[in-house]
Amino acid sequence: MARYLLRRLAFLLVSLALASVVLFVLLRMLPGDPANALSSVGASPEQIAAARHSIGSDKPLPEQFAHWIGQLATGDLGTSFVSSLPVAPEVGSRLNVTVPLTLAAFVLAVVIAVPAGFVAAYKRRTWYGALLSGVSQLGIAVPVFWLGMILIAVFALNAGWLPAGGFPPDGWVQPGEAIRSLVLPVVTIALVMSASLIRYVRSATLDVLDSDYLRTARALGSSFGRAMWRHGLRNASVPVISILGIELASTLLGAVVVESVYALPGLGSMLATGIAQHDYPVIQGVLFVSTFAVLVIGFAADLVQRIIDPRLRGRLSGGAR
Amino acid sequence: MSIKKTSLYGTATAATLALTLTACGGGSGGGDASGGTYDKNATVNIGSLYEPQNLDNTAGGGQGVTEALNGNVYEGLFRLTDDGKVEKLLAQDYKVSGDGLTYTFTLRDGVKFHSGKTLTSADVKYSLEKVLADDSQSARKSNLEVVKDVATPDAKTVKVTLSQKSISFVYNLSYVWIINSEAKDLKTSEDGTGPYKLNKWTRGSALSLDRFAGYWGDAAANKQVVFHYYKDATALNNALLTNAVDVVTSEQSPDALDQFKNNQNYKVNDGDSTTKLLLAFNDKAKPFTDVKVRQAVSAAIDDKKLLESVWGGYGKLIGSMVPPTDPWYEDLTKVNAYDTAKAKKLLAEAGYENGFSFTLDTPNYDPHPTAATFIKSQLAKVGITVKINTITPDEWYTKVYKNHDFTATLQEHVNDRDLVWYGNPDFYWGYDNKQVTKWVEQAEEASTTAEQTELLKKVNRQTAEDAASDWLYLYPQIVVASSKLSGYPLNGLNSQFFAYDIKKKG
Repeated sequence: MARYLLRRLAFLLVSLALASVVLFVLLRMLPGDPANALSSVGASPEQIAAARHSIGSDKPLPEQFAHWIGQLATGDLGTSFVSSLPVAPEVGSRLNVTVPLTLAAFVLAVVIAVPAGFVAAYKRRTWYGALLSGVSQLGIAVPVFWLGMILIAVFALNAGWLPAGGFPPDGWVQPGEAIRSLVLPVVTIALVMSASLIRYVRSATLDVLDSDYLRTARALGSSFGRAMWRHGLRNASVPVISILGIELASTLLGAVVVESVYALPGLGSMLATGIAQHDYPVIQGVLFVSTFAVLVIGFAADLVQRIIDPRLRGRLSGGAR
Repeated sequence: MSIKKTSLYGTATAATLALTLTACGGGSGGGDASGGTYDKNATVNIGSLYEPQNLDNTAGGGQGVTEALNGNVYEGLFRLTDDGKVEKLLAQDYKVSGDGLTYTFTLRDGVKFHSGKTLTSADVKYSLEKVLADDSQSARKSNLEVVKDVATPDAKTVKVTLSQKSISFVYNLSYVWIINSEAKDLKTSEDGTGPYKLNKWTRGSALSLDRFAGYWGDAAANKQVVFHYYKDATALNNALLTNAVDVVTSEQSPDALDQFKNNQNYKVNDGDSTTKLLLAFNDKAKPFTDVKVRQAVSAAIDDKKLLESVWGGYGKLIGSMVPPTDPWYEDLTKVNAYDTAKAKKLLAEAGYENGFSFTLDTPNYDPHPTAATFIKSQLAKVGITVKINTITPDEWYTKVYKNHDFTATLQEHVNDRDLVWYGNPDFYWGYDNKQVTKWVEQAEEASTTAEQTELLKKVNRQTAEDAASDWLYLYPQIVVASSKLSGYPLNGLNSQFFAYDIKKKG
């Protein structure tokens, strides 16, 4: 296991290095010049050149890249072109919104999807099993922003139970307010996420229900519950965990829409603003941090799978089946 | 499947209904609408779409920093009031020498910065030089470049020498924040003399200001002001509907206004902005070199119908670059008014009886694409074919503004008093009338504002008659506020939003 851990860690670092190169190069291929945004109207070519110099965009790309990597190594994400304020503290403060939002939504989605998916599979011939399955199928088609608008209309504008958007300026210093403002966004993400999770849990459960080993266990005298617990659950959870990893990662990146609908000062809205303003350090900073998070999530999912399923222990990546 | 679909739509309809019902009966917060008194210790929550980039207006703070800090946290020697007048603020008095080149300002007594330091002439000198510095990104820098020297004979006196006469100098000073010369970290903190001091700025979310106890003038009518920033207009309007904010500084679309208009808990205010939507011809590119063609195009477009379709009853028609809040305003809507018969006649006279075709460079954000489509259909009626070329703001800047590589374009011009750009033949629209250039120069060197106003009125009329551009309409400035609020600015001139007079009923 230790050897595996080391190899998997090396793999993580290599992925991160590759991702940072791709990130950097792709961004530089976007049309437009960030120096324009920095210069006042009617700026002379000299002033624009000076602006370019001040942000370092006049230097050759490899040099800019080396500079960026050097900064990263010291935990510095650079300085925004537009606001000329450091990026790292802002990323940090916005993680205070995005991380709780994503994790809470993820947990809620799992809590909804696992029992619902199991029932949808086990009771697939009853009307409610079919209904669950149908609703989840419809749910996949629901756009996040639409669901968000509906929830706002019902629970904030009409009932007045929860805020329609925003986050308390003092953040988690006002824990009650902060939690209240995250309820609707969390529910929005969780509902959409659980719709697709239910599908996966359902099909994983169906596989198990039809499996030979479960039938064998039953034939050997295990009760259904015991057979499910000892053999079914472990087998069903392996594919579900790799999907969970992907879902968690995509929620983190997909928070842009939800954060915009609910006016939350999270990482997603920071990214959207950065892109609109050609603010390379901001875009790079946000994407690097989220890429890092995604890779770590993948790493953790692999690890959990290997703990659950000894058959995977000979392989590098546990996701392969 | 079809049954489930119906039930989905059913849910949607119910939710939409709920939204409408809320709009009629919302705002149940405990407000005493009848009481004439107000809460001196109220917190006023302001909703805005314009978050500052940073807090320094010489380092690219943007429109948002002006909105939040101008007049509230920072003050100038002069103030531009909400109805467009210039009045003394930190300047107690000032004298202009006979040749109009030397301005001597006497500073007000007893003015303290938020840090506690007393205002002296050294701070004024520092602040002026900060705007003029090489790395300054102030939009007003070019207007102040006439400043040759700033001297401080004593702690209360500032003497500014200009390289040439500039009647707008005092007006331009209303944009120069007076900052403590020893202040640091101005991008994230402040040290001004205004009625509020900065409490906290949470980036991406909110900026709060607290009443400053040591303010030299009348204390603010509320204890705290919080600017809440939104990226999305719907989220902002929802915040107003749920009382998360008390006032929205500037509504950018008429779509949401109905829910406030028919509701006694809110007041929709229709003020005058200074933002003009222009169909800017390249006056140096064929066929717009011909004044008749420009007049024909102007006469062929029904501005009123366009304004109606974009702003639904809000906004004003203008016949020139000058909005009503500029001192040299004149109603010129009759010049080149909508008249397709006249447009056809003018085209024939210019030798284009069969029309022509041109490319319209259109910025890709609202309202430009809507206006472009409208113009295309209007001009088709007089035989002119419009090819719409959609471009990003960045492309607009490079292609149109810098390289003058265009035939016609659409653009919003936001500043007040920007008529004078027609006196600059090198400006992107290429309007070159020697007489106008001369009038603009003379106006700037005028000895009295009356003289300046007279000359700029001439410029205004001449550019309108020449159809230098086609001024489609003046944007409305719509402030929507809770009816518990009074004393907020209506015109928001140059994005300012003075908060110190806002009174909130308890």
